[in-house]
Amino acid sequence: MSTRQPYDGIVIAAPVTIPYRRYSTNTAHWWVGRAVSEVVQRAGLRSTDVDGLSLSSFTVGPDTAIGLTQHLGLSPRWLDHVPLGGASGVVALRRAARAVQCGDAEFVVCVAGDTNQVDSFRRMLSTFSRFAQDAVYPYGSGGPNASFALIARNYMKRYGATREDFGKICVAQRANALSFPHALMKKPLTLDEYMSARAISDPIHLFDCVMPCAGAEAFLVCREDVAKGQGLPAARLLATIERHNAFPDDPIQYRGGWAMDVPELYAMGGVTTDDVDFVQTYDDYPVICMMQMEDLGFCAKGEGPDFVRSHTLTADGSFPHNTSGGQLSVGQAGAAGGFLGLVEAVRQVTGSALGAAVPDADIGLVSGFGMVTYDRGLASGAALLAGGRA
Amino acid sequence: MTKPLQRPKRKDPLKKTRIPLLPQGTRSRTALGLTSAAAEGRFQLQVCSDCGTVVYPPRDACPRCLSARLPFKDVANGGTLLAETTIRTSTDVYFRERMPWRIGTVQLDAGPSIVAHLHGDLREGERARLQLKIDKSGQAIAMALPAEDTPNMADDPQWRELTCDPKFRRVLITDGRTAVGQALAEAVSEAGASVVFVGVADPWKPFPGEERLRKIERVEIVALDLTDTISVNECAGEFAARVDILINTAEYVRTGGIIDRKGLTVAREELEMRYFGLTRLAQAFGPVLRARGADGVNSAAAFVNLLSVYALANWPAYGAFSATEAACLSAAQSLRAELRQGGVKVVNAFFGPLETEWYQAVPPPKVAPSALARAVVRALQQGLEDVFVGDIAEDIRARLAVDPKALERELGS
Repeated sequence: MSTRQPYDGIVIAAPVTIPYRRYSTNTAHWWVGRAVSEVVQRAGLRSTDVDGLSLSSFTVGPDTAIGLTQHLGLSPRWLDHVPLGGASGVVALRRAARAVQCGDAEFVVCVAGDTNQVDSFRRMLSTFSRFAQDAVYPYGSGGPNASFALIARNYMKRYGATREDFGKICVAQRANALSFPHALMKKPLTLDEYMSARAISDPIHLFDCVMPCAGAEAFLVCREDVAKGQGLPAARLLATIERHNAFPDDPIQYRGGWAMDVPELYAMGGVTTDDVDFVQTYDDYPVICMMQMEDLGFCAKGEGPDFVRSHTLTADGSFPHNTSGGQLSVGQAGAAGGFLGLVEAVRQVTGSALGAAVPDADIGLVSGFGMVTYDRGLASGAALLAGGRA
Repeated sequence: MTKPLQRPKRKDPLKKTRIPLLPQGTRSRTALGLTSAAAEGRFQLQVCSDCGTVVYPPRDACPRCLSARLPFKDVANGGTLLAETTIRTSTDVYFRERMPWRIGTVQLDAGPSIVAHLHGDLREGERARLQLKIDKSGQAIAMALPAEDTPNMADDPQWRELTCDPKFRRVLITDGRTAVGQALAEAVSEAGASVVFVGVADPWKPFPGEERLRKIERVEIVALDLTDTISVNECAGEFAARVDILINTAEYVRTGGIIDRKGLTVAREELEMRYFGLTRLAQAFGPVLRARGADGVNSAAAFVNLLSVYALANWPAYGAFSATEAACLSAAQSLRAELRQGGVKVVNAFFGPLETEWYQAVPPPKVAPSALARAVVRALQQGLEDVFVGDIAEDIRARLAVDPKALERELGS
């Protein structure tokens, strides 16, 4: 039984995506500004109404959230900076939810935005963390591709996952992306094409990798009655979990922090995996999606490969997964990659999907994962959202 | 199985010499403890003084008990290769031109998992030996080797990138009149050097050991007087582009402290031969070495200094000599930073009193010239930066680490 306070009356509204671009001459501040502006407009607010701001960005330096308040002309009474990459969305949401619930703020805009300039990815890799600088980057400088290649290689050996299994995840996401207007990758992908793509860092091949790009995602957290007053469709927040540096003694990563906390997630939400209508996993690499299917309780540890083989993963499938196409097909706009699934989930449960809609989607699970400072992703989190019917 | 290295063909003079690029050399201050260990060929990691946890990557607090007492200590280097990958795409220009490049996760028996470069003969799931090496940037990296030696394993391209192996390289020994110079000529020839240039001042003047020296395979005597700038420049003009490893064997050993020398004549000669000799070599050969640090199988690899261990702490019985050696050590440290830009290593071999006429009155243990030569070749093959040769040198090194002031008093009594 969870002893945590429920998120009663807290909703997420105004899901915003600023269309991604492969490279951008604009700064991160521009992308963040566009996203905040659109949330404010969509919610029918004035920017002076925004009294809470949560920012996630890798490329906004030397600024942090505080610099953005002056840059955007906001005077919030609650401010947060969430530098957690792929876990940013869930973490920003759960903090903002408590702030609103306790009355510290009424309208919190959570925004993630990054620019992508030619060469900015390389510069970020070499200075990503002290451990990366000391113990990863000097080893071939393969970036996350090499780090996740080692994780994927070990997982395949340990649990019998094959490249075809990973390919099935990628191919289904591409199918979902074909109808999602903001996806950068719009060409259909076949399993043959996936299998014959060039190797990047074995066993990682081209279509296992996300494409770094520029973009922004944002949403508004407020009280349910306030959203109703504004006439905003909104998703209710049922439950969240968050965990960092879980299982530090595992010699190589084969599970994430969800495995520690997932019973509490469902207990708090009052639902089971059977009630979940779709799942947005964090898809920096398909092996991590498979790990999440296990650690979020849809199958036991080691059964990920069989689970993928026995399901259809498209929005209309038996296990609707990454329904906008995920980062693998939409692109990875830095920290916005940690918001993508959450923003998409809000759209799905409020019946406002931009692309393929999951039939009768009412309860959605969103998962976040990020920050490989040495050899594994440290941050993980998950949230359960509900639409009008639950 | 490592493919044996092929003797490099004569270089096409019209071909562009590849600019030496370096992997990233930025490290946290704490991580430099690995570099200290790698410089001497030790495998050391942080070990928590309070709970015994072996820590990697280097940290400033123990992840088990939060202790701040995390000294680097010798640790057993055995482990298992859990997973490997072959990187085919890199954002870094140094690695880009060396693709594909293998790395892997090694779980050490001592505890932590270490992402390491992989020797070509090591396969996933196998037992591995980890070593700390100094890469072209001058910083420590971990390299995983097979548990047992394999044929031609020193020819592995990822390994050779970290070493200065004399095999198929061209070596200049700067003074062939000394017993150490002659022993080194023999040792590098045996180690597979493709040419051994041996410098001799006034080669028309016979000297002891000359006949034997000339008989060593692939030895070529060249005129080189380290006390004469014109001679050094002429030698460099003719040979510098063909020298991959330079070993400075110049010596000048006289007894006496600073007061007892009476006048500057001997001190000047000492400095001419040792400090200025080193400076002349560095200025004449250094720029070419630095430009050829990535020039294929026989790229420029090392500048070797033979230094008395009393460069580190003055021995007043040989007080003026010690001071000159200290000047050479200081110059070598500067040279190390200057040559690093080209990925060329500076190897310092510190030795105790030698088994030669100039240390006649010094009691044993003393170092045989052949032992010093073997130690230098091993340092080159292993890619070490600092080696201590013989019992006296190791003893001074150990005492210096414990208490420099105590050592000063002991050497002066």
